[in-house]
Amino acid sequence: MPDFLHFEFMRNAFLAAILSSVACGIIGTYVVVRRLGFISGGIAHTAFGGIGLSYYLGLNPLAGIIPFSLAAAIGIGLLSRKAKIAEDTAIGAFWAAGMSIGVILIGLTPGYAPNLFSYLFGNILTVPDSDLQLIMGLDVLIIAMVWLFDKEFLAISFDEEYARISGLKTVALDLLMLCLIALTVVIMVRVVGIVMVIALLTIPAAVARNFSHSLYRMMAVGSLFASLFSIAGLWLSWVFDLASGATIIVVAALVFLLNALFGAGKHRRTEC
Amino acid sequence: MTEPLIACDRLCVELGGAKVLDGLSLSVHEGDFLAVLGPNGGGKTTLLKVMLGLVKPSSGSVTVFGKEPGQASGRIGYVPQRLDFDRSFPISAMEVVLMGRLSRKKLFQRYGREDRQKALEALETTGLATLAGRRIGSLSGGELQRALIARALAGEPELLLLDEPTASVDPEMKTTIYDLLDQLRKQHTIVLVTHDTGTIGRHVSRIACLNCTLDMHEPGSTLGRTALEKLYHFPVDVVEHRETQTPHRHA
Repeated sequence: MPDFLHFEFMRNAFLAAILSSVACGIIGTYVVVRRLGFISGGIAHTAFGGIGLSYYLGLNPLAGIIPFSLAAAIGIGLLSRKAKIAEDTAIGAFWAAGMSIGVILIGLTPGYAPNLFSYLFGNILTVPDSDLQLIMGLDVLIIAMVWLFDKEFLAISFDEEYARISGLKTVALDLLMLCLIALTVVIMVRVVGIVMVIALLTIPAAVARNFSHSLYRMMAVGSLFASLFSIAGLWLSWVFDLASGATIIVVAALVFLLNALFGAGKHRRTEC
Repeated sequence: MTEPLIACDRLCVELGGAKVLDGLSLSVHEGDFLAVLGPNGGGKTTLLKVMLGLVKPSSGSVTVFGKEPGQASGRIGYVPQRLDFDRSFPISAMEVVLMGRLSRKKLFQRYGREDRQKALEALETTGLATLAGRRIGSLSGGELQRALIARALAGEPELLLLDEPTASVDPEMKTTIYDLLDQLRKQHTIVLVTHDTGTIGRHVSRIACLNCTLDMHEPGSTLGRTALEKLYHFPVDVVEHRETQTPHRHA
């Protein structure tokens, strides 16, 4: 066993990294092919209001994040799809409002809020066993939903109009997908924090797309890349004593950059 | 006379305050091959979207298979004008064609052997069987158009609605697509909208000219210069509309 795995917190960190990568690869695939990156960022930042609420009420932060991120997913989804408000406007409003509610509630809470930073930028080194179980449960839920709705999700991702003509309830399916994104955000807040969630929801799947001819393969390869980035980032952060979440993102971003520089040209050639 | 598959009665549609369709009455019967001609912006696509239940009319009525539009999705095959999609979307031609089976499947029901069989048959009909495993984004314009026709066929529809099937393909492929439609009309009722006045008259059984309002032209008539110029507001070729073979399915 490598030396850093002798510590329980390191073992938990690696487990959290790998477990969260599963959700990242699967849901990230939809985020990338449907271009939902900005809405995912909106859901993540709105969730900060949930952290504020948990602090104020003295609860486990995750108890606030789950309802807040789900409400953000449904709220942004309904506003932009039903109320004819431009999606980026709805996202912007939720994004800032959620952060504001969080800041106000934390300000109202007496005493010092020590772990705030860790929810903004992640702290994978302090993941307790209970959070690992929650992440695992959410993974199972996400896989089950994607398995159950696979042909519907593929249809709305590829051609939403055709899905509607075929009799699918596209708005409901869309909201369901946004809720799954929200749950993935909940998982990722632990690992990389609210601010950086968007990178792990997009980069692994985007890199995976170059190696995939089907959505399933993109999910599998995306999960693999997410695991590689997280493990490499964690290890580097251990060796060089860096912030773990940020190191994971920098590793992902570097691979993304290299892939864009060298992979894109090659990809175009093999396509024809 | 049998009940029409599609019946529009004094149909009006407004989009963003502008009248797109004005007092349009039209019926499509089993075995028809109707071409709706008209300039861009004349409301052709809107008419198809009304028939599909995607756009609600502001007044007048439409029935499709005797029901409200959108209630008979399993009996209609729709071929959109241009599919705006990400060409790097990781999906094969076969998977796209399988989507044509969606309206026949229930929620949580997975595509099975029969669905794959029908999708493959549709790919064979459109001459794409060898490209089934290819990524959809790597198909040429004409191949993509035929893949979209295959998707519509895979659902075993009675009625095919095609939006500008020849708009984005080269002349040679245009002929291929019309030949394919000549073959399909034997088993399907077809409504096709196009701004292409060139060869269409040779293939269809009826022509309607649409520019907000609608003019019907029955077989045997020639769509004169005046009628077309009125339609397009500039000189166009005369469309000669000859009767072709009778297309009825159960003759």
